[in-house]
Amino acid sequence: MSLNIIVLAKQVPDTRNVGKDAMKADGTVNRAALPAIFNPEDLNALEQALKLKDMYPGTKVTLLTMGPGRAAEIIREGLYRGADDGVVLSDRAFAGSDTLATSYALATAVRKIGNFDLIIGGRQAIDGDTAQVGPQIAEKLGLPQVTYAEDIIKAENGKVTVKRRIEAGVETVTAPYPLVITVNGSADDCRPRNAKATMKYKYAAAPSEVAADEAKKELLDKKPYLRIGEWSAADVDADLAQCGLAGSPTKVKGIENVVFTAKEARNVEPTDEALEDLIKELIANHTIG
Amino acid sequence: MADKNNLIVYCEYEDGKVADVSLELLTKGRQLADKLGIKLEAVVAGDNLKDIEKQIFPYGVDTIYKVEDARLYPYTSLPHSSILINLFKEIEPRIAFMGATSIGRDLGPRVSSALHSGLTADCTSLEIGDYTDAKTGTEYKDLLYQIRPAFGGNIVATIVNPECRPQMATVREGVMKKEVRDSNYTGKVVDLKASDYTSPEDFVVNIIDRHVEKSKVNLKGSPIIVAGGYGVGSKENFELLQQLADTLGAEVGASRAAVDAGWVEHERQIGQTGVTVRPKLYIACGISGQIQHIAGMQDSSLIISINSDPNAPINTIADVVITGKVEDVLPKLIKYYKKNSK
Repeated sequence: MSLNIIVLAKQVPDTRNVGKDAMKADGTVNRAALPAIFNPEDLNALEQALKLKDMYPGTKVTLLTMGPGRAAEIIREGLYRGADDGVVLSDRAFAGSDTLATSYALATAVRKIGNFDLIIGGRQAIDGDTAQVGPQIAEKLGLPQVTYAEDIIKAENGKVTVKRRIEAGVETVTAPYPLVITVNGSADDCRPRNAKATMKYKYAAAPSEVAADEAKKELLDKKPYLRIGEWSAADVDADLAQCGLAGSPTKVKGIENVVFTAKEARNVEPTDEALEDLIKELIANHTIG
Repeated sequence: MADKNNLIVYCEYEDGKVADVSLELLTKGRQLADKLGIKLEAVVAGDNLKDIEKQIFPYGVDTIYKVEDARLYPYTSLPHSSILINLFKEIEPRIAFMGATSIGRDLGPRVSSALHSGLTADCTSLEIGDYTDAKTGTEYKDLLYQIRPAFGGNIVATIVNPECRPQMATVREGVMKKEVRDSNYTGKVVDLKASDYTSPEDFVVNIIDRHVEKSKVNLKGSPIIVAGGYGVGSKENFELLQQLADTLGAEVGASRAAVDAGWVEHERQIGQTGVTVRPKLYIACGISGQIQHIAGMQDSSLIISINSDPNAPINTIADVVITGKVEDVLPKLIKYYKKNSK
């Protein structure tokens, strides 16, 4: 028994090191100014899909991402690690999407991919931390959802068994598929690149990436498995009124760099005497001890 | 029941208790409802909800929608979503809040998608204000300002939903203050039948096992926190923080950078995307002080910053600054505490 799995992934700016030019005046992200990485929890999601592929030979793992053309980088990364196929959903019409417009667009692409048993994505992306897109896609497709998954234990006879990690503890649930599962950062790390797959997909590319290179273009024609799908809004039959800024009920009113009220700090030298005095003081005023 | 256009809070309920985060949201909801001159409502779905109104009314709640059914506990996504979606279609709330918990963050997006209403996750502040659309020039009065960190906490964004209702937001536990409005306050209870708001197909997810694992980490309740950031440098150096914490009877916390580096568990993360804390003493070790972290600990009574960089942003909000290496300073603090504490 084999499965068809769609893994939702996002290329995100590495928010751990953000400069001042990271945001544009309209409140959207200036992605060009930042290093782009594979969203960490989407890698946890990919690992769950690859684990199921190991368990159920013949399983096909298709990556789906929405973003600018360069997002094909994470599809390649996924192929190197064991995914079978990938699609980049890319169109100016999607720019400025909030989570709802993003879910709408991704749901249309999922419909175009069509045949699937599981949709697995990371719980949330580090550039927004909203955790909204997974459940919203589930709603748009009329599917059940299991969020905060830590381990997809099995998927057999139309039912998945999933371990969830929530505040109160651990919950194991069964649910019928097709469905949407979002995976927590506490799940297993993604396996590294596989040497064979990395060789095989070394020249995998989206058509727009190789548009200026005749030799590489020819290679995609000769070896179709190297072609990373690239779909526009028209390709997925998206209603433009539901895409991008127009399709986003939330608007950014403003953004601020917050300034905290500065205090007059007292400097204590890292010497033995000064530190002992500090400790004595904290004990005397009952802060510690 | 056509009492429309009010502010509603989805209340979580476990072990006979309404969750703190829900009561915090009711407190904030009451303030905003007063400002807007509208009613405060609560919706709760679950089993054994007998005296739940006694816990909810004192927060100034005018109407409680109660859906009691054994199948509604423990929480699963579909039936709870269906209840909110169908109820909201009926009562058309202007504003809806839920906790930014594993329940609220599972439920909120699903409801917002079905109603095509905007939802802002993990708000740190909620206010009422006006908004003018820059493109159309349309003016909107009294919108909900949903204020949240964005971009890994590097900026704070104010989000509005001009057209769609309800305006929805989730907030983490501990961000808002919980305060009883009036212990004698009462409103009305509206009992709803689960079967009127859900369909049998909503009950397809079965919980086959559920065990409560009480978190070993109690950051919120700890009067002293020793927290480490990227400047701690290694997992081994984090051991020093644990030693100091053990010595002082403190809990170890961390910044997001330290958690991302894999030096410490996620549940110890302090900040806007982690836990908000207000301890008596906060010892920040090698923490540079991104907004996202500072926002989660700035209300600590006394802040000591230990950092080799004298210009670390966190020093601007610290009470005591020790410029030095974490691995040099911490052993001395341990030594002198042991020496002087008897």
